[in-house]
Amino acid sequence: MTAFHNIVVVGGGGAGLRAATAIAEANPLLSVAIVSKVYPMRSHTVSAEGGAAAVIADDDSLDEHAYDTVSGGDWLVEQDAVEAFVREAPTELLRLEHQGCPWSRQPDGRIAVRAFGGMKKKRTWFAADKTGFHLLHTLFQTALSYQDIVRYDEWFVTKLLEDEGGVHGVVAVELATGRIETIIANAVIVCTGGCGRVFPFTTNANIKTGDGMALAHRAGAPLKDMEFVQYHPTGLPFTGILITEATRAEGGWLLNKDGYRYLQDYDLGRPTAEPVLRSMELGPRDRLSQAFMHEHAKGRTIETPYGPIVHLDLRHLGAHVIDTKLPFVRELCSKYQNIDPVKELIPVRPVVHYMMGGIHTDIDGATPVGGLYAAGEVACVSINGANRLGSNSLPELLVFGARAGKAAAEYVRELKTGPRSAVYAQGRDEERRLRHELGKRTEGTERIADIRTEMQTTMEEGAGIYRDGDSLDKAAVKLHELRERFDRAAIDDHSSEFNTELIALLELDFMLDIAQSIVACAGRRTESRGAHQRTDFPKRDDEHFLAHSLVHHSGRVEYLPVTITRWPPGERVYGR
Amino acid sequence: MSAHQQPVSAFWWLHQWSYLLFVLRELSSVFVAWFVVYLLMLVSAVSAGQGPYEDFLAWSGQGWVLVLNVVALAFVLLHAVTWFALAPRAIVVPRVPPWVVLVAHYLAWAVLSAGVVWVVLR
Amino acid sequence: MKNTPKTITMQVTRFRPGEDEAPVVQSYEVPLRKEWAVLDGLNHIKDHLDGTLSYRWSCRMGICGSCGMTVNGKPQLSCATFLTDYAPGPVRVEPLRNFPVIRDLVVDISDFMEKLPKVKPWLIHDGEPPEGEFLQTPREMDEYKKYSMCINCMLCYSACPVYALEPEFLGPAAIALGQRYNLDSRDDGAEDRRDVLASAAGVWACTFVGECSTACPKGVDPAGAIQRYKLTAAVSALKDYLLPRGARR
Repeated sequence: MTAFHNIVVVGGGGAGLRAATAIAEANPLLSVAIVSKVYPMRSHTVSAEGGAAAVIADDDSLDEHAYDTVSGGDWLVEQDAVEAFVREAPTELLRLEHQGCPWSRQPDGRIAVRAFGGMKKKRTWFAADKTGFHLLHTLFQTALSYQDIVRYDEWFVTKLLEDEGGVHGVVAVELATGRIETIIANAVIVCTGGCGRVFPFTTNANIKTGDGMALAHRAGAPLKDMEFVQYHPTGLPFTGILITEATRAEGGWLLNKDGYRYLQDYDLGRPTAEPVLRSMELGPRDRLSQAFMHEHAKGRTIETPYGPIVHLDLRHLGAHVIDTKLPFVRELCSKYQNIDPVKELIPVRPVVHYMMGGIHTDIDGATPVGGLYAAGEVACVSINGANRLGSNSLPELLVFGARAGKAAAEYVRELKTGPRSAVYAQGRDEERRLRHELGKRTEGTERIADIRTEMQTTMEEGAGIYRDGDSLDKAAVKLHELRERFDRAAIDDHSSEFNTELIALLELDFMLDIAQSIVACAGRRTESRGAHQRTDFPKRDDEHFLAHSLVHHSGRVEYLPVTITRWPPGERVYGR
Repeated sequence: MSAHQQPVSAFWWLHQWSYLLFVLRELSSVFVAWFVVYLLMLVSAVSAGQGPYEDFLAWSGQGWVLVLNVVALAFVLLHAVTWFALAPRAIVVPRVPPWVVLVAHYLAWAVLSAGVVWVVLR
Repeated sequence: MKNTPKTITMQVTRFRPGEDEAPVVQSYEVPLRKEWAVLDGLNHIKDHLDGTLSYRWSCRMGICGSCGMTVNGKPQLSCATFLTDYAPGPVRVEPLRNFPVIRDLVVDISDFMEKLPKVKPWLIHDGEPPEGEFLQTPREMDEYKKYSMCINCMLCYSACPVYALEPEFLGPAAIALGQRYNLDSRDDGAEDRRDVLASAAGVWACTFVGECSTACPKGVDPAGAIQRYKLTAAVSALKDYLLPRGARR
C-alpha cells in the first residue's frame, strides 16, 4: 500500500510535534504526517525533569546565555546557531505558555526561573520537576487542535526512501497489524531523539535506540560528533532513573563516602552553604561525572551491588522546598529506592543521559541530503558541542523543531518534481526485506537480548566517561563481531500483530550502527574535550580538533571546522 | 486486526468492595422511592380521617412493613452518607478546606433533623 | 531473609490473534529480586524465556503511561509495581480491562484517542495572547494543577465499571483534561467544551463509583473533576433557563 503526504515527520516527541505545527502554520495547504513508534505522549521528552533555559529575567542577557552554552560545549559549538538559539528560545517558551504549559510561577504570577549547571544566571524555566512531561503534553494536546495533522501512531519506520540525492518518503510497519506501508513524501523530518540504549546504564527510555540516526545515516547523511556522549552525574543505581540537576540547583550537595563535598577537589570552586552559579554542584555535567570517576579511583565512593555510588544530600532543603520544587524526585526516590530525601541521602552515580552528536544539520535543520531534515536530540546542529548544558535541550528541540518545519515547508514549495518509479520499487524491496526478516530468522543461534547486552557492555567498557586508544580498538573489534553474530540472530515470534520482538531486532540493527559510529569517531579524536576524555590524550587540541567529526555510512570520518562568531576558544572556568 | 473483546462478567459488581458499594448505592434509589410512596400513603390516610389513619398505623406496625422500613432507612442512610462524602469534591470553594464543606453538610442535616423532631414531638 | 524464595511465578495472560480463540494463561518462573518491578519480570521473560510475549513499556519511571496492566486484579503501572509485594506469588498479569486486546498484554486505546480531542484539551483564549506571559499566580495554578498531571495511562478507564457497561462514556481522563483547561485562568473555552462535557455520554454518565481516582497513579482525582463539573453544568443549565440571554455566563 502507498500513502502520500507533503512532509512526513518521523517521531512525535517535542521536536516532532513542534515541527509539525510549524509546518501547519507556515502553509496550511500542506499535508503533514507524524509517524511515531509510540503514541506521541509516550515520547521520551516526557521524562525531562529540570527545566528549559531561555533569557527572561531583567538581569540576564542573550550574550550571557550564548557564552555559557559555548563555553559549556568546550567551544565545539556552531556559534551562529547558538546566537539564533538563545534569541528564539524565549519566544518558543512563551508560545508554550500561551498554549497552557503550567510553568512554575513567582508569587506575582510571572514566570519563575531557577539556577542550572553551567549557567551564570538563573534562566531555567520549570514546571516543578516535570518540565518535559508538561511540555510534551501541552504540545501534544495543542497539536490535537490542528485537525489537518495526520498521525500514524505506533508505526515503526524501517527505511528512508532515497533517490538521486534526495529523500522521498519512508517505509513503515504498523505495529498493531504488521501492515507494511510505503509513505511517499516530498520531505522527511527526523525527530526520533537519542540513543542512550546503546549503553547498559542510561536514563533513556526503552525506545531510545537511535533509529532516526541510523535511518538518516543509511540514506546518506553523515553523523556528527558521535563521540560526545553525556553522562549525567546523578542517576539512581540499578534503574538509572534520572535525579534532576534541579536538586543541586535548589541547593543539594554531592558527598563522597566520608560525607565530604568532593567537587571542591576538582577545580570547581569552594563549598558554600548557598548554591553559587557555575560553581561546585552547579558545574557542568561532564566535569561532575569525571570528578566521580576520580573519587572512585581514590576509593572514596561507596560500593553497592549496582556499582559505586556517592550521595546526593537534599536533607537541608527541607520538606517544603522538596515538595514544591522537587515533588517528582521525592516520588521517584520513595518508589524506586525506598528512601525519603527529606530525611535520607540519595545514592547516585553517573549515567548515560544525552547524545551531543547526531545527524549533521545546518542552522535550519537541513541535512546534506535533499529533503531530509532533523531536529532535537537526533540532530547535531551543533549548539551543544562537546557537552550540553542542562536545560538547553528542551528549548533546542522547540527552536530547531520549528526551524526544520519551516525550512521543510519552504523546500517542498519550491520542489517541482515528484518521486521517480525507482522510489516505489525501493518501497517494495524494503517490504520484501521485512517479510524475509520475519520469516527467515527461525534457525539462528543467537538471541537478540544477548547481543544487545554484549553491545552495551562493550560500549561502557570501551567508550565510557574515560576512553583510550586501546579500549576503543577492542570495542571496535567486538562490535564487528557482534554485527556478524547479529546476522545469525533468531527470533521466536513470527506473527504479524504487535510483534515487539521484530521491532527489537530492527532496533538492535540500528543500535549496532550507532555504536560503531560512536567508537569510530572516538577512536580518531586524539584529544580530550568536554564529554570525550581520552586518558592517552588528556589535553584539548584546538589546532587539530576544533572541528566536528563527520562519519559517513562507509565508515569514512572527516572534519568540519567550527563556526566562530564572537567567542574565541578559551579556558572553561568554573568556580573561580 | 482481530482484537479480542474482553467480556464483562455478569457478576463484575462482586469483584471488588467498591463496586458492590456502588451497586448498593444505585439500588438505594428504589428505597428512596419507597419512602416517597410510604409518605404519600401516610398523607392520604391522614386526609381521609381518624379511622383510615389508625388502619394505616396498624398496617405499618406489621412485622414485614417494619423490616422493609428499617432496610429502607439503612439504604437511605447509605445514600446520604455517600452523597455527603462526594460533596467536598463537587463543591470546591476557594480557600475553604474540603472538610469544612463536609462538616457543613452534616450540620445542615442535623439542623433539619432537629427541626423535624421539634415539629413532631412538640 | 533466608526464607525468601529466589523465584516467583508470573501467570501471564496470552492472546495471539489467529492462534488463540480466547486468552490463555501461561506461567513463567522469574527471579525474585528486591528491586524488580513487575515490568522487570516481563522483560526477563521476553529476553530469556519467551521472545513472543508482547507488552508496551518505555520510560520505566512512571511518567510515559505505556505499561498499564492488570496485576492481581488491579490496574497498575507495571514499572511501578514490585514483585516482592506479591511474594511468594504467583502474580497474575493480565491486560487492562475494558479495552479490546490486540495481543497478549497490549490493548487497543484508540477509543480514548478519538474521545480526547472532543473535550478540546487545549487552551482557548479569546483575542490575542499578551506580549509576555499571561500572569497566573501559584494559587490560580493550584486550581487546575492536579488535573494537568494525567499521563493518559488508561488505568482509570480500566477501573471504571461505567465505561465497561457504556462504551460511549467519555471517561475519567478525558473529562479531567477538559476540566484542566476549564479551570485554567488563561482559558476562555468552557462554553466550547460544555456541549460535550455536559452531555449524557459526558459527566452525566458517571455514577460516582470513585474507582478511577483510586486507580490513578498520579493523584489526578478524575472522579472529583467529574462531580465538580456536574455542579458547574447544573448551575449553568439553570442560568440558561432563568436568565435572559445577555446576563448569562
